[in-house]
Order: sequence, then C-alpha cells, then structure tokens
Amino acid sequence: MGDHHHGPAKGLGRWLFTTNHKDIGTMYLWFSFAMFILGGFFAMVIRAELFQPGMQLVDPAFFNQMTTLHGLVMVFGAIMPSFVGLANWLIPMMIGAPDMALPRMNNWSFWILPPTFLLLASTLFMEGGAPAFGWTFYAPLSTTYAPPSVTFFIFSVHVLGLSSIMGSINIIATVMNMRAPGMTYMKMPLFVWTWLITAFLLVAVMPVLAGAVTMMLMDIHFGTSFFSAAGGGDPVLFQHVFWFFGHPEVYIIILPAFGVVSQIIPAFSRKPLFGYDSMVYATASIAFLSFIVWAHHMYTVGMPIAGELFFMYATMLIAVPTGVKVFNWVSTMWRGALSFETPMLFSLGFLVLFTLGGFTGLMLSIAPSDFQYHDSYFVVAHFHYVMVAGAVFSMTAAVYYWLPKWCGRMYNESMGKTHFWISFIGFNLTFFPQHFVGLAGMPRRIPDYALQFTDFNMMSSVGAFIYGASQILFLYNVIATIVAGKPVSDEKVWDGAEGLEWTLPTPAPYHTFETPPKIDPAHAHS
Amino acid sequence: MCFEAKRLIKLALGPVLMLMGATVMAAGGEVNQMNMSPGVTEVGKQIFDLHMIILGICTIIGIGVFGVMFYSIIYHRKSKGVTPATFHESTTVEIAWTVIPFLILIGMAVPATSTLLSIYDHDEAEMDILVTGYQWKWKYEYLDEDGENVSFFSNLRTPRSEIYNTEKKGEHYLLEVDEPVVIPENTKVRFLITANDVIHSWWVPELAVKKDAIPGFINEAWTRTSEAGIYRGQCAELCGKDHGFMPIVVNVVSRQEYDEWLGAKQTEAAEIKALMAQTFTMDELMERGKAVYDRNCLACHGANGEGGVGTPIADSAIATGELGGHLDVGINGVPGTAMQAFGGQLNDVDMAAVVTYQRNAFGNNMGDMVQPIDVFNHKKG
Repeated sequence: MGDHHHGPAKGLGRWLFTTNHKDIGTMYLWFSFAMFILGGFFAMVIRAELFQPGMQLVDPAFFNQMTTLHGLVMVFGAIMPSFVGLANWLIPMMIGAPDMALPRMNNWSFWILPPTFLLLASTLFMEGGAPAFGWTFYAPLSTTYAPPSVTFFIFSVHVLGLSSIMGSINIIATVMNMRAPGMTYMKMPLFVWTWLITAFLLVAVMPVLAGAVTMMLMDIHFGTSFFSAAGGGDPVLFQHVFWFFGHPEVYIIILPAFGVVSQIIPAFSRKPLFGYDSMVYATASIAFLSFIVWAHHMYTVGMPIAGELFFMYATMLIAVPTGVKVFNWVSTMWRGALSFETPMLFSLGFLVLFTLGGFTGLMLSIAPSDFQYHDSYFVVAHFHYVMVAGAVFSMTAAVYYWLPKWCGRMYNESMGKTHFWISFIGFNLTFFPQHFVGLAGMPRRIPDYALQFTDFNMMSSVGAFIYGASQILFLYNVIATIVAGKPVSDEKVWDGAEGLEWTLPTPAPYHTFETPPKIDPAHAHS
Repeated sequence: MCFEAKRLIKLALGPVLMLMGATVMAAGGEVNQMNMSPGVTEVGKQIFDLHMIILGICTIIGIGVFGVMFYSIIYHRKSKGVTPATFHESTTVEIAWTVIPFLILIGMAVPATSTLLSIYDHDEAEMDILVTGYQWKWKYEYLDEDGENVSFFSNLRTPRSEIYNTEKKGEHYLLEVDEPVVIPENTKVRFLITANDVIHSWWVPELAVKKDAIPGFINEAWTRTSEAGIYRGQCAELCGKDHGFMPIVVNVVSRQEYDEWLGAKQTEAAEIKALMAQTFTMDELMERGKAVYDRNCLACHGANGEGGVGTPIADSAIATGELGGHLDVGINGVPGTAMQAFGGQLNDVDMAAVVTYQRNAFGNNMGDMVQPIDVFNHKKG
C-alpha cells in the first residue's frame, strides 16, 4: 500500500467535493439537526397558538402552513436524513468496508438536499403562502384549491425522492458488495440489516410518491383530471397512491431506529442481543406487511366492508413481529448487567414509549373504533409516540453512543442524563394529554378549539416548550464535546460495545478498513 | 416469565383497573373528558365497549412487558455486581411469543368484525338526509319528505369577536351553528354524505358517525337514537383555512317536534318563493345583504371587503364593473379557485341582496340595485 494515507482536504472544498463516507455522514447529521430545529420552531408556533382557545398569534391560513411544513420538514428533512447520516458513518465501519460503494453519488445525494429545503422554506414568503394542505396533501385541496407555491412543493418532493433513492441504492450496493470476507449476512450487525431492508423499501415506494406528485402537477398545469371528480377522476385515488408510499414510509423511519436500539441495549446490558435471527425475520416481515396495510389510514373514505376487513386484519398482524422485537429487547436486558449511561437511557425511553405507541397503533388498527379515533388528536398522540419517542429518541441515543468514537472525545454524562430526563418529561407532558382530547372529540389540524379541551392543550403546550428547550442542551453538549470534550483513546469506549467499529482506533481515522479486517468465523454477530 | 414478574403483574393490575373504571365514569362530553364517549346510539356503545376491551388487553400486556423490564432495571444492575448471563436465543420462546399474540389478535378480531358489520348495516333507513360539505359550512337536504323541499346551510354561529378574544367566549364556543340539522328520535336516519369542493369529514362523536365527504362520491352512514338532545361535532378532515370553524350540530327531537319543525321549514321555503317575486328597496337589500355577506363571504373576503384568501371586494373591478359580470361570479363562482358557485347555495333574494351590498359597501358606490327577478333572469341566461 505504501504511505499515502492522507487526511481531509482543507477549507470549504473538503465538504463540497468530499466523497468520504464520514464527511458525508457528518454533513447529513448536521443538516438533519438544523431541520429538526426548523421543524421544531414550526411546532412551537403551533403549540403557542393552541395554548389557549381563540386566535392569538397567527391566522388560520398561516397555522395550516405551519402544520404542513412541520410535518414535511420533520419527516423528510430531520428524521430521514439523520438516519442516512448514521448509515453513512456506520455501515462501512460495521461491515469492514473502506467507504460506501458509490462515493460520488453519495456526495450528490447529500448536496441536493439543502437547496431543496431552501426552496421549500422559501414558499413561506411567496404570494398565497406556503403549502397549507397538511403533510399528506390530499387532493383536491392540494391541486385545484392549493396556493401557487404547490408547484415548488412538488419539485421539492421530486428532488427529495431522488436523494433518497440514490442514498438507498448506495446502501444496498455497499452492503451487498463491500462486506469484509467472513462477514456473512447473518453476521451483520442488526443496524446494517434494518438499513438494508429500509433501503429496499425506499427504492420501492419513493417512485410511487413521485408518481403521486407528478399526477398533481399534471392536474394543476396540464389539464388532466387524475384527482378531480368533475373531470372523471377520483380524489380517493390520491389517498390510495399516497398511502401506498406513506405506510412503508413510516417503517422507513422506524426500522433504522430499531437497528440502533438493537446495538445499544446489548452494549449496556453486557449481554448479546436475544434472538438475533428472529429480529432479522421480524424486520423483514414488518417490511413486507407495510405494503399491504395502506388503507388503514382511510377507514372512513367509504371503502366496501371487504376492504375494511382485509386492511384491518392485515394491520393487526403487524403487532406480531413488532411484539417479537419488543420481547427480544426486554429479554436482552433480562439477567444482564445493566448500566444507565445516556445512550441506554434514551434507548429505554424508546422502548417504553414506542411500546405505548405500538399499543395505540393496535387500537387504531381496529376499524370500527377507528371511526371514532380517525383524524382526532388520538392519532396525533399515537404517531408522535412512534415518530418522536421512537425515531428521534433512538437517533439521540445513537449520537451519544457513537459520538465518542467519531470525535475521540467524551460528552458530559450528567448533562446528557439531564437532557434525557427533561426530554422524557417534556415529551410525555406534550403528547400524553393528546390521547385524552382526541378521545373526547378534538379533531386534528385545527387552529382553535372548544373550551372543554383547554386544560389538556395548555399542558401540551407547556410540555412542547420544555421538550423544545431541552434540545438546546443537546446542541450545547455535542458542540462542547467536539470542541473540548475529555479525550478518549480506548478503542471500545463502552465496555459492553461489540462490533467492528469498536476495533478501530478512537477517534475513527479519516480512512478505515483499507485492508479488510479478519472476521473470526466462530464469533457470532455483534 | 419468572415468578417475581408474575407477582408484579398481579400487584400492578388492581389500581390500573380501578383507574380504567374511573375514566369510564368520567365520559360524556364533559370538560377535561379523558376517554371516548359511549354516546347515545347502539353502535356507539358497541364501539366504546370494543375500545375498552382492546385498551384493557393492551394494558395487561403492557404491565407484563414493563413489569419484566423494570424488574431487570431494578435487579439486574451492573452496580449491584451481577455477572451477566450469556443466553441469547431460544426457539421455543420465540415461537411462543409469536403464536400467543396471534391468538390474542384473533380474539380481538371477532368483536371488531361484528361491530364493523353493524356500522355497515345501512339498510331500511326510514329517512335520508343529504349532507354536503362546502368550504366551510354544511348543507343539509331532506330527501324523503312530501311537500316543499327543505334544504339549508348550517354555518358557524360563534362571532368573530369571541374567536379574536374581544368578547368572552360562550359555552358552546366553536360548536354552535345558526341552523342545526334536526332529526327525530327512534328513527333510523341515513346520511348521504358528499362534498362540493374539497374533502371534508362529517363527525359527531356522540352519534358514532364519521364519514368522509368527498366531491364526486356519495358515502353512507346512519344513526338511530332514543335519546333526544343536542349533539355537537366538527369537520374532521383538513379542508383549508377554516377547517376548524365548520361545526356540526344535530338536534334530536321527538317525532312530533320534528314534524312541527319540518312544517315550519316548509312554510319558510314557501315564503322565500313568494319573496322572489317582490321588489325591494335599497335599504332592505343592504340590510339583508350585510347579513348574507357576513355569513357567506366574510371568511375569505374580509369584514371590510379587504380580501384574504379571496380577492378584495372594496374597489374591485368586478364589484365596481358591469352588473352582469358581478352576478356571474356570484352565481357560477370562478372555476379553479376557492371562489365557489353560490347560485345553488343562496336563494335569489339573498343573492340579489348580497350583490347589491357588495356594490354599495366598503367604499364601493355604484348606486345600482339588484332585484330577485334579475338574479332569476341571469340564471335563466
């Protein structure tokens, strides 16, 4: 090989032209955090307006723009890119590869994101305002009745889809071709497995989303009537197409989160993951089921009863593999030697709250009861339990867990724990009361509400401000660690951590595994 | 599951069931209500029971899972000096916790299916009401009654002053309408639900009805209750700016009261017909016009015609232009925009009044008047 190891280039060029998986991973992570703050800011506007009945701060039209952009930015800007960033950093290190399989495409899939979100955010300043039809953008509210900025929204969605597809192809190619000798599929860390399956889901459904927005574009500008009943089209068709994308999409968000906690819980239980094989099969089953349950989002559109029954039974089935996963995590902890550093706390927070979100998910799958739950705050509570306490908590756990490996410095543990407890309390204060108002009849996406919902909404708003503020602590802790954290040189960082990434020096060098590592055939998966 | 965990479950179960019981009692449209309301219909009660069964099963499973988890958290700590076990798989256990949840799910599917079948039993309704969602109001048409056709719009009655906090909010803030839909008790009423513009959803929790109102489709839902009373609901599907401001109020009354109400509505309809032939003075038209404007136009065009979602009316080319063009916009709307065709929503008297009002208010000073007959003739072409 000779001595041509080199570090990163200097200056802005390093970041613009980089093909290094670690640099790109870092950019994804910072970008997603910026979007998390932006989307969080939109949420604060929503909660401030809903603090008490009456219109105080914004008008109803702007309120709808806030709910729409909050959803879009959080789903497509914060959560999805954050896990892509994590995949970039970790997959090569976990499978013993020197980099991603397609490094130049990797650069592109990141760099098209920031301009796209700039474009999406700029719709706020356009005449007629930003998109105000909800992140689910049901036609014809998003076509005939949409503000002119909808065209920019459609373009943004196209580019985001492109970015996701490129990222996914890269992950699939990397996992299939770049594994070190001896790293068989059933030896891969579970994080790699969940991402491989996620990548297939993305490649399958992103084109469907692109199809949906293309049909919208045609309806708006080229005189077609895909979704307009007046022209012989079908507004319900939009919902079928959207949710055929949208349901797998929620698993795209949660599966990598499953992967993360499957790495962290064993590390802090000092005991191997229980039921590795069944975890892999359960993940694959969830992915398969995600394609045949989409219409459970549409129980009230007037489907024939046979359709209702099919989608209800299929949806209920998801509880089985999801249950297997939860049981496996709990069994991993059983008779371990547990310690509760920040990553473990966030993983346990995930485990408890995601399970609660799973229970409400099961309740929502029951079609007759869903006639009362549908489009109420009960749904809002449910999906924030799985999206925030699920995906975001696990992402936060991941940052605390791998940050010392990435930068060779330890974060402030007591500040991390404080961050967890404030987040945990703030989150539950925000979303638990939303179950109550939803069951009591408060519809979602309303800027103002009847007086009997006042107390719980106030509680929700206070919780949201607490949860929002706790992220400042997180940001501070991460920056303080990178700049001046206590240096760590131990390769393992955590005594219970297993996997190839922990065999590398700390901090992880710019280039790793230029020669493939040796994998002990007797050693089970990490 | 170990012995200790089982004991934990038993210990924890008691208070939780008590809590669940307390929530049930608190139900019923109350302030700070925490649970679904069983409502006033057979189907609603079935749905509520189903909801409680599933919630109960989830609670028990949750106690089991969290019990084991917290047992580990408390007793299997590194700080207690325990040595971690090394077991990491058991096919038997994996099969058990795949099969048992599956069986529990089958147990849930049985009552769920039967409840769904009762919801879908639309047959043999004794009367039909066509419900049409508009941005942002509901229209009700009684389809099966003899005599004069009864149809009307139901608008939010809460004044802007309450919404914008200049006046104290009333008891039914945002859940009150100018004209509720009236149905008789002990009668199977079928609602045929559709929409005129975007998708809405007609939801009255106490009647256990929620169904999307979709342009181009007619959905069915039904209710029957023996409890007279006023039941309030809201649009449940995001339908644009004033989605939060299009409530539903259903007034369930005795058969006799219903017949009286229907008679009065039919008389009123006949009176409107008579009014159509009349000629009004400017003052009469302006007064009526302002009321019509506030109810139908203000949400988009502003209290002073300054515009908003809609274009301004003050000093607009349409309202200060040729009369035929103005009538055309009012009657036929502007296709492809949020401006609806009001020709079918307003009767000719109201249309004449509101057009007159728009041409002579907000600084517009055209001085011309529109009579119901003009509207009628314009519609005829």
